[in-house]
Amino acid sequence: MNNFLLLPIIIPFFFGMILMFGQKKLAYQRITALFGLVISIVCAFALLATVYENGPQSVTFGSWPVPFGITMVSDTVSALLVLTTLILAFFIVWYGFGSIGKQREQFFYYPGVMFIITGVNGAFTTGDIFNLFVFFEVLLMSSYLLIVLGGEKAQLRESIKYILVNVISSALFVITVAFLYSVVGTLNMADISEKITEVNQPGILTVIAVLFLMVFGMKAAIFPLYFWLPSAYSAPPIPVLALFGALLTKVGVYAIMRTYTLFFTHDLSYTHELLLILSIITIIAGCIGALAHFDVKQIIIYNIVIAVGVILFGVAQMNEVGLEGAMFYLIHDMIIKAALFMLIGIVIFVTGTTNLRKMGGLMKTYPALGWFYLIAAFGLAGVPPLSGFIGKLLIVQGGFQAGNIWTSIFILASSLVVLLSVIRIFIYAFWGEQGQLSKEINKTTYNRLFFPTMLLVIVSIFYGVGTEWIMPFMEDAAKILTDPSIYNDAVMKGGE
Amino acid sequence: MKTNDVILQFTAKIVFFIIFFYAVHIFFAGHYTPGGGFVGGLVTSCAIVLLIIAFDLKKVQSILPINYIYLVATGLIVALGTATFSMIAGKPFFTHSFDYFNLPILGKTSLHTAALFDFGVYLVVVGVTMTIIQTIGEDE
Repeated sequence: MNNFLLLPIIIPFFFGMILMFGQKKLAYQRITALFGLVISIVCAFALLATVYENGPQSVTFGSWPVPFGITMVSDTVSALLVLTTLILAFFIVWYGFGSIGKQREQFFYYPGVMFIITGVNGAFTTGDIFNLFVFFEVLLMSSYLLIVLGGEKAQLRESIKYILVNVISSALFVITVAFLYSVVGTLNMADISEKITEVNQPGILTVIAVLFLMVFGMKAAIFPLYFWLPSAYSAPPIPVLALFGALLTKVGVYAIMRTYTLFFTHDLSYTHELLLILSIITIIAGCIGALAHFDVKQIIIYNIVIAVGVILFGVAQMNEVGLEGAMFYLIHDMIIKAALFMLIGIVIFVTGTTNLRKMGGLMKTYPALGWFYLIAAFGLAGVPPLSGFIGKLLIVQGGFQAGNIWTSIFILASSLVVLLSVIRIFIYAFWGEQGQLSKEINKTTYNRLFFPTMLLVIVSIFYGVGTEWIMPFMEDAAKILTDPSIYNDAVMKGGE
Repeated sequence: MKTNDVILQFTAKIVFFIIFFYAVHIFFAGHYTPGGGFVGGLVTSCAIVLLIIAFDLKKVQSILPINYIYLVATGLIVALGTATFSMIAGKPFFTHSFDYFNLPILGKTSLHTAALFDFGVYLVVVGVTMTIIQTIGEDE
């Protein structure tokens, strides 16, 4: 019994509620939103420290005995993700002050952000499969609000597609949970895991595993199911896009990671082989998209797809090194994607266009922006001292250990394409002749946008340089992922 | 030309109270019989919708000057407050408690904190339904 782990979920929820009052008062909205996030970050830090020292924490709602109540479980995996989510939300909200626009701010933008954080954190922390569905809906509902808020033509068009796709995948989620419930008769994740171990995964459970892969793959944008993402993500304004790109697909990735390490571990040759093949094709599809476009937003959006493939490749290895790499890369990717979207947002703000061909010569006028973009781009591709390196190294090492030599080499090769796609932005936008410049640049707005972005890039540098400090947490996370019994014991005993 | 709907308006005034008290009944019956905060809230908003049909949106707003968005937020705070109250008491989140009380008129009654949570749900449902209907109705 330990309620502390609920605070990173409850506090944003509570601040979302009180932000619904006073919607026209800008200062109140901004200060309250930031204040709420700061408190949550402090709680998440403390939670990570507790979880790291005392092992996974769990609480079952309403003092019910374990498999019967809703259990919330915080292990190192989820505590790390919760902390990253909150830190990113803090920087993105800060960044939004300069770019989201007064009209949106006065129309429930901040409550929307707070509720999306509630949903994401809840989905990371829950220990009950149906509760996971509920938190998915919480974050999706808020994302529907944020994607359509503002009511521009493109936003209205893309939100229709986005909502349609997500409603279908949510219905599929319910059907899959119903299937699973009819087979194992329980909804608690630890209990499901034990029941599946008892029946040793007959054919029907493999079918359910593939159904789950479809459901979460639709959320996470894996190969045949990523079709909605590029157009849907190009519609909302930059801070919302950063929030979506950094958090939403990663919840799907986390859910695949959780179900495929906790539930479906007895028919690896089928389920994980499928995951491996799909992740490879996802990377190919993402690479093609990232190279094909001359639109800065689209290039980074396709990089989300690539990263999802790389992380899932790590998960598919099912050995400790691979999972450790997947965890490391997951958090790196959340940070760096948020930073890149924010940088791109500044570039778009300065030039007034998203078309690469019209840009040029920003290095002379905005050198700091250029250098920070270069650092972030190298970080994304995995140049050694920066944050993307260790994760990918471990993933590839895991691939070699599992005997997937050629696919691992392919992962390495894909880094080159990633590097090429982001360096292309650098070359076109920052080098060469002076291109188009927006007429509405003003220095204060620019600084407002630049400052949080700069800090976030610095955070990502620390994440790369400080690998030694972060490694123990990742090792702990990977240990829990490879050995479901740690998770199960913590849940089954924690509720008494 | 203005139609005179005196019969509709007169009936609505009476039926409103019948529906509203039925909603209150459903709300309190929820613990032992079918019902609860969700249907209670829906039936209450049905009563208000009846008033809107019989009169018009502006008049109903002046009779019931409620900001429904604030109502949603209040309902959420009530629900979360009930759930978090047990945290302060050192029990897991959402632990409800109940006891029997001797109330002056009703006699021996069991009071349960789940009713408070239900009340939060009730407020949210009324608020959301009325916000949807009002915003669509006001739209030109």
